[in-house]
Amino acid sequence: MKNNKTNSRRKFIDKGIKLSLLTAIGGIGLTKLASKLSAKPTSNSTGKIELMTTEGTIIQVDSSEVMEMDNSKKHKEYNVREGMPNRKFVMVVDLAKCKNALKCQSACNKYHYITGDNAWLKVYKMQESKDTAPYWMPTTCQHCDHPACVTVCPVDATFKRRDGLVLIDNKRCIGCRFCMAACPYSTRVFNWSDPNQGEITLAKDLKMHDHQKSSPEHAGVPSIKGTVDKCDFCPHAIQEGKLPHCVTACPNGVFYFGDKYEDTVTNGDETLRFSKLLKDKSGYRIMEGLGTEPSVYYLPPVDRLVDFEKGLENYTEFQSVEKSK
Amino acid sequence: MKKYDKLLNDLAPKKFGKLGTIWTISLIVIIIIGIIAYIDQLIKGQVVTNMRDYTLWGIYISNFVFFVATSFVGSVTVAVLRLTKNNWRTPVVRIAEIISLAAIVMAGITIMIDMARPDRLLNLFIHARLQSPITWDVIIIPTYIVLSLLLLYFPLLPDFKILKEYFKDKSPKLSKWYGKLSLNWTGSKAQKAIQTKSIQIIALMIIPVGLILQTIDAWLFSTTYRIGWDSTNMGAYFISGAFVAGVGALITVIYVVRRAYKLEHFITDNHFDKLGKFLVLACLTYLYFNINEYLIPTFTASKEEEIHLNTLISGQYAPLFWFVIIGGLIIPIIVLLFKKGRKPLPMFIIGLVVVIASWWKRYLIVTPTLLHPFLPIQGVPESWHHYFPSIHEWLITIATLAMALLIITLLVRYLPIIPIQRTADEQEELLKNTKNAE
Repeated sequence: MKNNKTNSRRKFIDKGIKLSLLTAIGGIGLTKLASKLSAKPTSNSTGKIELMTTEGTIIQVDSSEVMEMDNSKKHKEYNVREGMPNRKFVMVVDLAKCKNALKCQSACNKYHYITGDNAWLKVYKMQESKDTAPYWMPTTCQHCDHPACVTVCPVDATFKRRDGLVLIDNKRCIGCRFCMAACPYSTRVFNWSDPNQGEITLAKDLKMHDHQKSSPEHAGVPSIKGTVDKCDFCPHAIQEGKLPHCVTACPNGVFYFGDKYEDTVTNGDETLRFSKLLKDKSGYRIMEGLGTEPSVYYLPPVDRLVDFEKGLENYTEFQSVEKSK
Repeated sequence: MKKYDKLLNDLAPKKFGKLGTIWTISLIVIIIIGIIAYIDQLIKGQVVTNMRDYTLWGIYISNFVFFVATSFVGSVTVAVLRLTKNNWRTPVVRIAEIISLAAIVMAGITIMIDMARPDRLLNLFIHARLQSPITWDVIIIPTYIVLSLLLLYFPLLPDFKILKEYFKDKSPKLSKWYGKLSLNWTGSKAQKAIQTKSIQIIALMIIPVGLILQTIDAWLFSTTYRIGWDSTNMGAYFISGAFVAGVGALITVIYVVRRAYKLEHFITDNHFDKLGKFLVLACLTYLYFNINEYLIPTFTASKEEEIHLNTLISGQYAPLFWFVIIGGLIIPIIVLLFKKGRKPLPMFIIGLVVVIASWWKRYLIVTPTLLHPFLPIQGVPESWHHYFPSIHEWLITIATLAMALLIITLLVRYLPIIPIQRTADEQEELLKNTKNAE
């Protein structure tokens, strides 16, 4: 026994099992040649049409020279997680104009079928200190460039797209609510129980969107129990060239929406240079000191046209979602 | 040999007495009620809790943090005492290991109870993102569970062998189980060498892993933009707090086990004295970090921070806050500094208060912060401005605590609480030494 112990050494066979897994990833370089330019000349050359050049002068061109280009369809197919290429969506909220009409909120609630107790878009009654005038402050999701919510999400359910939108994949969310804890703007809401969005509206909506029904693009439609929802800047509307619901619904033109790269924002009535607007009216972002780099800019509530008191008519301290029943 | 038999008779697992049976059955009943409440929560959704969009984390998370903290006792007492070759540790380490294992297992379960979609648990692995503190938790908690289990199991091997022999006639079924668990332990030199080395390695590993576990738990909070959480103090604060909670729990359990199994001969007043000193050290350290956490911000507080601190110090949470600080820290320090205070009974009472205060402390870390967001709470139902756990939350939380106690109870029932082999060896050594002295 003792001899065995001292002499015998275990023979270990070192087996280096090398598994070479060669996964041939092919077909990535499939370029869609067909879509290079689906241009076609208009059939009849029946005369001349007037066009404006980039310099702004009007010129006349033979109509046979004009080709119809199909640009809009290019954006139709895109990766939901990547976003729309070469865009950076921003919102400007002019606090001087807000009268707490709450049309933005009710439109948002309506189009996203928000049935919980907490709206995605809230209008806060704000007063910095005793000595300053109170004002109304609408807040949406800030769609930060350094979103705290995205960093802490363990499963990549909330994600940031290249076009600046921060969205939620409610098919993946595990309901840990860490993103809500991390968000300093308190804009996220949770489906504590079954969303109960109503069968009729839901069915109707599902028919409309059909193939996109489970996409993060249509956040809140349908909402899922135990997952997080929040303002999404209405990508389903943007994609069709429309403005988000809050922008179009506001009777006072408080919200401007646009593209930072194009440097233009619009509230539906007027279109302005984004950078100039911020410079002229000293735009700022809320809690900029935190370094979250929000995409929502605020114009200070100066030269207010309307008495703050009037907005109080619509103010309800404990409710931001109208309950129909 | 006669002495050895007596030792075996004293230390071998015994059947529950009347009290033990009642205790176990009531724990099981509490757990069943909790499971029913949890199933109801699964069906209806988290709406059955009193958590809402502002207080989005409640007692489940406080409870989780408490369990994680308590589990630290495994690394602290066991590994530290072992590595520093403190010989008085023998009768207390196994209980510490058992508490540690029970607490960390329950921490893992508790965090799942808080998840609103436990059906998507796999997503944590499929879509794991390393930048999320939750993912760090997912990595470290199973690691800690495995290490605690091994740290409990390896030193048990010789005892299992002894128990196999002991129960051969009395209960063949038990004997068979102990035999299987002993992994053919013969007590040969080679086996002993492997065992000693393995224990040494695990003891070395569990200290950094324990520190990481506590720190991750702290960072989970401090990586958010929240008043009361966004603090650089958190890591050290949590580790020292875990020290307090763990040692407090250890003292309480040891006292009960000593009474129930009449182990006064093995767990002596001297042990309580030592543990008392240990607890004072822990409390002093924790007090220091509490001063860092609360006193410094009161001097430099921003507006938001001031509101938060005021609710703690003089507002809504003041009674709880001062109970935790005075009852859970200052009084234990004062009492345990005196030798009379380190006697078993006062120690037990102090330990119990410390554990309760530790639990509420976690509640104070989690809840008030959530009720003080940067933007005011407006446009939500009145009830969302406050938080107090619902019946479902209480039932489920108490069930998790009961489950931890049940794990401890069962392990105490079937494992020799005091290492038999080691105690025998030590007594032999003692005998030899005295003989040599003569």
